[in-house]
Amino acid sequence: MSHLSARPENPVVGEALPHESAVLHVTGRALYTDDLHPRTKDVLHAWPVQSPHAHARVTQLEVCAAYEIPGVVRVLTAGDVPGVNDSGTKNDEPLFPDEVCFVGQAVCWVLGETLEAARLGAAEVRVDYEPLRSIVTIADAIKADSYQGATRTVRRGNAMSALARAAHTFTGEITFAGQEHFYLETHASLATVGDDGRVFVQSSTQHPTETQEIVAHVLGVGAHEVTVQCLRMGGGFGGKEEQPHGFAAVAALGATLTGRPVRVRLNRTQDLTMTGKRHGFHAAWRVGFDHDGHLVALQTTLTSDGGWSLDLSEPVLARALCHVDNAYWIPDVEIVGRVARTHKTSQTAFRGFGGPQGMLVTEDIIGRCAPLLGIEPHELRRRNFYTDGQTTPYGQVVHQTERLVRAWDQVTSTAELERRRGALAGFNAAHEHVKRGLAITPVKFGISFNFTAMNQGGALVHVYRDGTVLINHGGTEMGQGLHTKMLQVAATALGVPLSRVRLAPTRTDKVPNTSATAASAGADLNGGAIKDACEQILARLRPVAAERMEVPVEDVRFEGGEVRAGERSMPWAELVHTAYLSRVQLFAAGYYRTEGIHWDPEIMHGTPFKYFAYGVAAAEVEVDGFTGAYRTRRVDIVHDVGDSLSPLVDIGQIEGGFVQGAGWLTLEDLRWDESDDPERRGRLTTQSASTYKLPSLSEMPEELNVALLERAHEEGVVYGSKAVGEPPLMLAFSVREALRQACAAFGPTGHSVVLDSPATPEAVFWALDEARRAYRPAVPEPTELGHPVQVTQV
Amino acid sequence: MTRISVKVDGVRYSDDVEPRTLLVHYLRETLGKVGTVVGCDTSNCGACTVHVDGRSVKSCNMLAVQADGREVTTIEGIATDGGLHPMQQAFHECHALQCGYCTPGMIMQAIDLVGENPDASEEEIREGMEGNLCRCTGYQNIVRAVQQAAGVMAGQAASSSQAGE
Repeated sequence: MSHLSARPENPVVGEALPHESAVLHVTGRALYTDDLHPRTKDVLHAWPVQSPHAHARVTQLEVCAAYEIPGVVRVLTAGDVPGVNDSGTKNDEPLFPDEVCFVGQAVCWVLGETLEAARLGAAEVRVDYEPLRSIVTIADAIKADSYQGATRTVRRGNAMSALARAAHTFTGEITFAGQEHFYLETHASLATVGDDGRVFVQSSTQHPTETQEIVAHVLGVGAHEVTVQCLRMGGGFGGKEEQPHGFAAVAALGATLTGRPVRVRLNRTQDLTMTGKRHGFHAAWRVGFDHDGHLVALQTTLTSDGGWSLDLSEPVLARALCHVDNAYWIPDVEIVGRVARTHKTSQTAFRGFGGPQGMLVTEDIIGRCAPLLGIEPHELRRRNFYTDGQTTPYGQVVHQTERLVRAWDQVTSTAELERRRGALAGFNAAHEHVKRGLAITPVKFGISFNFTAMNQGGALVHVYRDGTVLINHGGTEMGQGLHTKMLQVAATALGVPLSRVRLAPTRTDKVPNTSATAASAGADLNGGAIKDACEQILARLRPVAAERMEVPVEDVRFEGGEVRAGERSMPWAELVHTAYLSRVQLFAAGYYRTEGIHWDPEIMHGTPFKYFAYGVAAAEVEVDGFTGAYRTRRVDIVHDVGDSLSPLVDIGQIEGGFVQGAGWLTLEDLRWDESDDPERRGRLTTQSASTYKLPSLSEMPEELNVALLERAHEEGVVYGSKAVGEPPLMLAFSVREALRQACAAFGPTGHSVVLDSPATPEAVFWALDEARRAYRPAVPEPTELGHPVQVTQV
Repeated sequence: MTRISVKVDGVRYSDDVEPRTLLVHYLRETLGKVGTVVGCDTSNCGACTVHVDGRSVKSCNMLAVQADGREVTTIEGIATDGGLHPMQQAFHECHALQCGYCTPGMIMQAIDLVGENPDASEEEIREGMEGNLCRCTGYQNIVRAVQQAAGVMAGQAASSSQAGE
């Protein structure tokens, strides 16, 4: 067992603890960024002037009238930018644009003594536009050859010739929707300027370092002139990885120009219309199976809807291409990916980061092809699992596949799938208008940032003279429990009780050059760094203890707030104080980098992931044949989190991830106005919680059973744990596939169900209606509008 | 401007407010009670839930002037004698929160629900809480917490009624 993954006796990691801020949350004392402004003096409030056009040139911007409104202090425009007028990392996102590229894009910002003054001032700003041709859908983008960034290909063997030899080949297409993050806390920043002109920005950001860098380059100053702090976020889910920077920059620019604190806080409609979402995708595919149902070849082209600028679309696409295989061995593959440019918000990171979209393609293929092959979907899935030593299409050797099999078998037995399949068949035979479906699906998800450089973490650990400990690390807290885990790691590493350790908010002047808290990697990276810092301190304390207790250095142990060697012991605090008097450094900067990974983004080849996280879910649904309405009767999950650092936190992540995935796949229906009406085209029509349906308590599975996979120690990762943030989201494919099977039960055996995503009740109705009509003889029927997808046996 | 007089978390306040000021903005910006948060602006998410005269209200959907002469309780006013309310305690212990943003509203709604129906079944809890959205937890632990608190609150009610006899 490696030093990094080995646990000492009686570790604090592994204890089932509630969230470290839980008492603050339940009493309302936890502060979010926008809670700071009522306690800040002389704050100015910002309001954007938003474009009504999907695509237009700004021909004139007249701001004078805004100043007529009492309380308007300043209008921020491109001319005010001392540095670079850009809020992205690709230099394609002007902060104050002269060409607007989506409905809702901010042209300029008005600062007022009150939010109301800013709002009224913004209404007085006159913008003249020259409308330009706009592209709203992926289909339009493909037709117009509208792409951005690089086209990438993952290739192994020769898919075309393998398809030509395959016993069965099928072809099809699917277009599926993105997803709104709908973190409950909208984007918020509060900027102040110090006496020396340095800027302090408090921001709801998953990536403080990048927020700092963007603010600095907009202001035209060095990064050392800007400090970014994130107290905590009211949810992030990827939506605050790259999107907060522009808002932070507006606040910082306003603060430097006026000398007063500036608050930018989006209301919900602004957040929905201005910020990026999960990428929707289009995929066209050809797949081949042998006589036994083994996958032999896949050729697919994935097109993501990137929106108006690149943002994170290229890495999202890369992860999508690396997850088309999911848990399945496919010998010959060609997976092509490209990013469409459309006139919408710039789509961005969202839990799973393209992985879910890549996997959806293959799960959809299997769900559609199983009936055509005459193989039960669960059998077809199981038959195609990777075995150890096989490689992914991008060249990484797959390990731990026995974990996938164990999880699959455990779900199969604890959820009594055999018995329930029989019961379900009986139910469906007895009910003409209500059908049930039961599906089991696997998840294999790669952990590490594809971009190797981001796989590093930093920490700062202070031991004060009284023996108390304060830790800082580069990760941000968005509810996922990272800080809880990091406190447990520090207490374990130092051998002190949890009560001795506190954690201070994430700040770029404490730990610099941090990676985004993303890719599920927060605990792996920052935990490794904290452990490193703690061990540096212990290495300095050990000789002091040895001398004081008159024992050999190697006998000294730190445990439960005591320093022990054989029969002797002394209190931790006493040792710390002694060390201080002996002039021993009691603080340390820790560092961690993930070893053994490499990636060539040009040829899409390498070993980008430290390991894979595995999980299996089975879901049973019941569908009403008259309306398509459905309910989820039961879900069973077994998920691999390694040796859990914090089981309550991990189970919470699994449940929450699953529900969020089910929301994406079944409920959440982003709609954009695709009409030619110039007043409406490109407008997000689901721009509030009243029109965008989120999972609520009424859509919860009636029964949800979650178990952590046992005997799951992860070698070479902090205290044997595994990442948990993103992988559980993809367990929700079980619900989508169960719905497909319920729809199939309305039709004849062998009917392949084409199901839209999200599988809203409406989509389910059309799918089951198609299945019912498959009973009728083959009179050619007109193609159903709204059904862009077809499977045909070639 | 309109003068309102309102008792919030046991303290009486008199303030001039614009008639269109929402109760939640009055609480947050005038009184500095930022424990009550704004989630969706459209009364769908329930993050801003408070009690007005003991009943749960989405405070983004009520004007401050409508609270004139009434008693408002926020998440900051339900702990007593330095101890957490049983509902707060249960949300803490059951890990019924992650980012915590929905938590104040969830707790205020849950207290009203249990007050109205002390023996609420799991189904009744789900139905009674469906106007409060959580984007993080998947709701399982929220239901568990409400059940646990309901048990504690029933016990407290029983012992206080015995004490009164």
